[in-house]
Amino acid sequence: MSQSDILEGLAAILEEVAGVDPADVTADKTFIDDLDVDSLSMVEVVVAAEEKFDVKIPDEDVKSLKTVGDAVSYIQRAGVAA
Amino acid sequence: MTATPRQVVVTGLGATTPLGGDVASTWEGLLAGRSGVRRLTDEWVEQLPVHIAAPAAVEPPLERLEARTLDRVQQLALVAAREAWADAGTPEVDPERLAAVVGSGIGGVLTLLNQYEVLRERGPRRVSPHVVPMLMPNGPAATVGLAFTARAGVHAPVSACASGAEAIGYALDMIRAGRADVAITGGSEAAIHPLPLAGFAQMQALSRRNDAPQAASRPFDKGRDGFILGEGAGALVLESAEHAAARGARVYATLAGSGTSADAYHVTAPEPSGAGAARAVRAALHSGGLTPADLVHINAHGTSTPIGDVAEAHALRAALGDTLDGVAVTSTKSMTGHLLGAAGAVEAVIAVLTLRDRVVPATRNLDALDDEIDLDVVSIDNRAIPAGAVLSNSFGFGGHDVCLVFTP
Repeated sequence: MSQSDILEGLAAILEEVAGVDPADVTADKTFIDDLDVDSLSMVEVVVAAEEKFDVKIPDEDVKSLKTVGDAVSYIQRAGVAA
Repeated sequence: MTATPRQVVVTGLGATTPLGGDVASTWEGLLAGRSGVRRLTDEWVEQLPVHIAAPAAVEPPLERLEARTLDRVQQLALVAAREAWADAGTPEVDPERLAAVVGSGIGGVLTLLNQYEVLRERGPRRVSPHVVPMLMPNGPAATVGLAFTARAGVHAPVSACASGAEAIGYALDMIRAGRADVAITGGSEAAIHPLPLAGFAQMQALSRRNDAPQAASRPFDKGRDGFILGEGAGALVLESAEHAAARGARVYATLAGSGTSADAYHVTAPEPSGAGAARAVRAALHSGGLTPADLVHINAHGTSTPIGDVAEAHALRAALGDTLDGVAVTSTKSMTGHLLGAAGAVEAVIAVLTLRDRVVPATRNLDALDDEIDLDVVSIDNRAIPAGAVLSNSFGFGGHDVCLVFTP
């Protein structure tokens, strides 16, 4: 799956879970400070991403996903590994 | 010698009930004698012995994002609280002097049960991270406290069907004691689901008049056979008289007092002589510096259960003696159904409107007064009352007795 497909998929999840405008979802944005996703909603984003992209994102890895770009790269790698 | 407690007034009202999505439509429905009870259409209904309930008339008008992390009981509480706050003129208040006290009988039971199904069917990873703050019984209080930045304290009295009234009494105590100047207070309930319905039905507590939903809630009537499960929320803005006067607020009424007691008799059945409830009535009057002769109206708990309505009648006689004969009694549950932890709050709102308009909504479905009930129950036509004190009763499983008294 391409990076832009993953970015688009994440943007749809962020809009559904936290009301983030898809236009604001770019690789450099941090989930918590820039996109205002709280810690509980972040859990929902992760679980929805696992389902959408058919990957596993263990809780201990979630902490390292600060920006949208971090998540896109992680999902791309995890998808290849799977 | 003790200092005179601060006077506490009602400056805002809010409600969302089986009769309407706000105070005005609820009051209009009550005065018109409408019933909010209906036949449920959910697919699970047929397996239950009870097919009727009193759902909220209007779905909570919240934004999708706001609603998705709030249980329905929190949504209803927020709707009522927002109406009450706007009705009070959105008071300017120091957040550290603002309290939120909102009770619920059961809390976020819909979330609990629905998420248990998610756990069973899809596993723990699919359980919502919002499940705990949605199901906790203090959820409605927390939601309201956050929405209005209440930092004097956020509290959630839980006493089954007396929760809403107990919350209001607690808020009164906070303001009287100087721990807050303003409080948003009330109760909320949203438990129309097969499990609570089946549980109440197994207790033989619910009416089974499935073929005549609007005639099913019949407090004090010979033919009553149980209560109707309702949902909704009621909210009041309470304020110290000084605070209200300083901002030129419109004042509906004074919350003159509250009284509580406990039966310690049986977990669900009321003490048959009404002795426990009578003590709460007396305590409420005493708390307001009032006597039985001051009362012009009682909004009864009157749920339409065979035992409960008789016990309440005995309690009122025990507490008020002969002065009860001149007092107009009504049970608005005949129209709203029984909103459990929201009942005391919705009925407090109704009591304040009754006092304001000096008209008592008639009890619906009272065809023949039970021989054991010696009360002047207003039926068929609404009745005008003189200015005076109004009592609102709430009793809950667990033996909780809570009475509130309002004065002009």
